[in-house]
Amino acid sequence: MSAASAPPVLSLRGVSKAFGGIQAVQSCSFDVAPGVITGLIGPNGAGKTTVFNLITGFLRADSGSIRYKGEEIAGLLPHQVEAKGVVRTFQHLRLWGKMSVLDNVLVSCRTPLGENVLTLFLRPRRVRAEEAAARERAFQVLEFFGLAGRAQDLAEDLAYPEQKLLSMARMLATEADVLLLDEPTSGLDTESLARIVPMVRKLVQGGKTVLLIEHNMELIAQLSDEVVFLHQGSVIARGQAAEITRDPALTGIYFGV
Amino acid sequence: MAAYLAHYLVMVGIYTILALSLNLLIGYAGIFSLAHAAIYGIGAYASALVALKLGLGFWGGLVVAGAVGAFASALVAIPSLRVAGDYYIVASFGLQTVILTVFINWTTLTNGHAGLPGIPRPVVFGYVIDNPFKFVGLALALAAFTYAVCHRLTHSAFGRTLRAIRDDEIAALATGKNVVRVKILIVTISSALGALAGSLYAHYITYINPTSFTLEESIFIASLVILGGTERLAGPVVGAFILLAVPEALKFLAIPDAVAAPMRQIIYGALLILFMFVRPEGILGRLRTRPRA
Repeated sequence: MSAASAPPVLSLRGVSKAFGGIQAVQSCSFDVAPGVITGLIGPNGAGKTTVFNLITGFLRADSGSIRYKGEEIAGLLPHQVEAKGVVRTFQHLRLWGKMSVLDNVLVSCRTPLGENVLTLFLRPRRVRAEEAAARERAFQVLEFFGLAGRAQDLAEDLAYPEQKLLSMARMLATEADVLLLDEPTSGLDTESLARIVPMVRKLVQGGKTVLLIEHNMELIAQLSDEVVFLHQGSVIARGQAAEITRDPALTGIYFGV
Repeated sequence: MAAYLAHYLVMVGIYTILALSLNLLIGYAGIFSLAHAAIYGIGAYASALVALKLGLGFWGGLVVAGAVGAFASALVAIPSLRVAGDYYIVASFGLQTVILTVFINWTTLTNGHAGLPGIPRPVVFGYVIDNPFKFVGLALALAAFTYAVCHRLTHSAFGRTLRAIRDDEIAALATGKNVVRVKILIVTISSALGALAGSLYAHYITYINPTSFTLEESIFIASLVILGGTERLAGPVVGAFILLAVPEALKFLAIPDAVAAPMRQIIYGALLILFMFVRPEGILGRLRTRPRA
């Protein structure tokens, strides 16, 4: 993998965020190489989800720079970050439970004409064509995640592993380049894990860049190309997954020994 | 009896417009507003005033009503919908109170409690709409227009975004929706439509005063929506048909007016409580969000 040579798609420099007296993220700097899976690991409270919130605009950094393909995105609002090409999932999924599986994915598809009230009324034919294209794309994404058969069911009626897949499907449908996955495997049994892991792999093969938060060290070693180790809001190590997960000092911090 | 039925249908038309437009907020966007009677009143006063003072015709008044209604609610929506969640219920309560106070106290414009008499009958394509029979057609046509607009809005990508915002605003933001903008837009559209009902009412009754546009009226309109069912467009229409029949039914029971008015309120309240227990999803129930084929 020639990740090291390609310019980073996402790069954080000296990013800090405090909540009152608690320094959640402190002068955090790391790069995410394009087309690979980067694992963001660290003990509970290390600031992993806060980093996700900072990148995606749900929180505003106190200081530091966050660049996407060289462009500053710190300070943008979440929907503006998405428009640039960075999307995320949530640890607690946040599906639209009362909407169908298909609608959950369709919301993420690009439908600017159908969402604009003026063109909605004035350009009915183009809106219809756009909707048909979005529907086709939504079904492709659902096929990819093996959910096409459940398209008409309500999202809240899916089993938990399928809800996890749907949250990823919703993210993939946005056409963003960089996908931030917040604990994609938490709460899953081995069988469901075996289903999700290859999908994350396939996302990258399809040209996406993945940054994921993960607690399962075995999975991290198996899945990630690179690992960023976060501790008390700062990056204390980065490198190949195998090196990091085998480093006794880091595993000591991780397991609190 | 026939005139009676015609009057009932005109009022159903007016309340259908109010309930449909309010349901865009309550049912689809998950925004609860207590200001819909104020918006209704703004539509009524705006079109009455431009008719009486400027001699503007029915259609012109309708457009002015929609524009003023949209503007008034946008003024409140733009600051208050930036703040998350249920805050709008308080802001809309404030809007309702302020607008009603303006109706009552800006006497040089609104004539206060005495109200505005002598609002001209609508002239539609050179045809004077001067009795309930003729008015039925106009009221139902405007209700149908409102239904069509609401149908287009809700059965589209825009409507999908609304429902996504209702179910989880944070997730809608994460998938690139400009949540604040969409919410302000739907409040504005809902108010423009609601104000049309006011215009229709003013030209139908030909006399308006503040008592038609109180907080109780806002709650009544919300009851139509909740009783009819918020998950389908037809829900509020059914709600209007049924709840407007209550006072008419009471008239047949030969109950004195002094008893009938509070009795009506008691029946509305009892129906709401009953529905919360028996059928919280409303008469038409929940639409299992089935995408169109």
